[in-house]
Amino acid sequence: MKDVAVVALAQSPPVRRGTGTTSGVDMLVPLLTATLEQTGLSRQDIGFWCSGSSDYLAGRAFSFVNAVDALGAYPPINESHVEMDGAWALYEAWVKIQTGEVDTALVYGFGKSSAGDLNRILALQLDPYLVAPLWPDARGIAALQARLGIEAGLWTEKDMAQIAGGTTDDPYVAEPLREHDCAPFADGAAVVVLASAGRAEQICDRPAWITGIEHRVEPQSFDRLDIPWLAGLAQDVDIVELHAPYTHQEIILRRSLRLADDVIVNPGGGVLIGHAMFAAGLARVGEAARHIIEGRARRTLAHATSGPALQQNLICVLAEKK
Amino acid sequence: MEIGFDYTRSLGPTLGAFLTGLAGRRILGSRASDGRVHVPPLEYDPHTHEPTTDLVEVAGEGSVVSWSWTASPADGQPLATPFAWALIRLDGADTPMLHAVDAPHDQMRTGMRVRARFADSPAGSIRDIVCFIPTQDPARDPGVRQANHVPAAPQDVVCRADPGISMTTTPIHLRYEHYASPEESRYLRALAQGRIIGQRCPSCRKVYVPPRGACPTCGVPTGDDVPVADTGTITTFCIVNVPFPGQRTKPPYVHAAVLLDGADIPFQHLILGCPAGEVRMGQRVRAVWRPREQWGPTPQNISHFEPTGEPDADFHSYASHL
Repeated sequence: MKDVAVVALAQSPPVRRGTGTTSGVDMLVPLLTATLEQTGLSRQDIGFWCSGSSDYLAGRAFSFVNAVDALGAYPPINESHVEMDGAWALYEAWVKIQTGEVDTALVYGFGKSSAGDLNRILALQLDPYLVAPLWPDARGIAALQARLGIEAGLWTEKDMAQIAGGTTDDPYVAEPLREHDCAPFADGAAVVVLASAGRAEQICDRPAWITGIEHRVEPQSFDRLDIPWLAGLAQDVDIVELHAPYTHQEIILRRSLRLADDVIVNPGGGVLIGHAMFAAGLARVGEAARHIIEGRARRTLAHATSGPALQQNLICVLAEKK
Repeated sequence: MEIGFDYTRSLGPTLGAFLTGLAGRRILGSRASDGRVHVPPLEYDPHTHEPTTDLVEVAGEGSVVSWSWTASPADGQPLATPFAWALIRLDGADTPMLHAVDAPHDQMRTGMRVRARFADSPAGSIRDIVCFIPTQDPARDPGVRQANHVPAAPQDVVCRADPGISMTTTPIHLRYEHYASPEESRYLRALAQGRIIGQRCPSCRKVYVPPRGACPTCGVPTGDDVPVADTGTITTFCIVNVPFPGQRTKPPYVHAAVLLDGADIPFQHLILGCPAGEVRMGQRVRAVWRPREQWGPTPQNISHFEPTGEPDADFHSYASHL
């Protein structure tokens, strides 16, 4: 295995309803400029570019091709895309570096959630034969999972409210979920730069080394209350960045990871302050790396998810030492 | 902007048998190698990964395992009045299925008994179950036949060879709101005045029409507006012979890349005014504008391009713009 580190990152503030385009170019240009300046790399120095976004958010086919305008793709670049959160693009970039073909990669994720009605659009992530034709909204499905945990005695509505700083006096939006339990969809983008050992130390004083990265599709169901493969992955971490779009999912993740009480979770508020679809998971990896790059932590863990009931999960563990 | 498409999917033997069963008011599940009955059926065994061969009939009624309340149903959902999403474990099944329950809020509880309400005319879709209704309240379902009563013990089903229903169609319609970028807005406002403007890349000096956020070669924002002519040269073209839904011009017709005089990147437009077979690379063309009173901030102000009759442009004059 080659040692790979996060050496730079940037993200746009999540905005509920921005005036940007669905191409992502206007959101990405400032972030690309910022990360290239941080690293001192030129566009030609980047060995591999990889993005995560969704045509269903943009409402047009091959929308990620429009975003390539932001890269300056001449002479031709080595580029790829996943129709998923940018965290999965980061996984692809990590694999690309493992092949030895490249030693740097720039990963980006972007989405203009406000262009459409996400509660409807996200139904199209689900089984297209027997589930999507019912048009279940993301909140309605997440709420089924929340109730299962409440009635199993695993958590209470008060526990959920405390995560978001709300109270159980607030009205329901999809009983048993309240407004504060649901991360508001937002427009946003995130960029992370990876480099292999040898390059990373030249680019960054304190690279955040990826000591473990894995993603899995969970068994097909909406009644998941535990993600067994996460157990033990958070050993000795100082800070955890969880991608939990609903408050009860933060509880599921804390329990599955067997988090110790002194571990700091989502110090910046996580996605509850704004859920920039297709960028938020990558932003969690970026934030987990930032804690190391800026000297606040020795070891951190980032989580990314896809689906309203934690159907796919990615874990990335970062550390100050290889 | 609304986009829509009727997704038509082939079902395969397992889902085909399931939807054929629904059309006959029977609900089928699959028995996995561990003996558990999955409803809806799984196409492959979760343990052995072999194709499912053992379909069994389960009851049309069962128990609510979890539920969430939808106070304001979204377009396309099973009910237009407030309803519950529910995970329902049918008698004879081991796994719960997602569907809607039509019941008053104060009747909803975990463990309540519900039964399927089938559509009067089956369409070969999961929507052939309209929703579930409380078994205690037949008055809410007048005139609709009861689901076939089935004993709790699963029964084997014989009709595997000819599944009957082999396709399912799901109409997907989504609404989007697109913002024009600042550059696109200037372009559209100029069109409303009968002018075409591009923007010049500050780095490579190329002029883009329409202007596009960032120079795709250099990845930097384009800045200066540059007026360009409404005459130009065909750099390449195709003859459209295939009819398609929504087509505005009768085939055969020509779609061409037109390099406007003063621009560096060709844009796409319709060529009329000469037989399709006479259109050629290097041909000189001019914009045909619609009557001034019809102008607005839209590319539709230009109806099409037509030949000017000038001598063809020399290949070398556009060779680097192909």
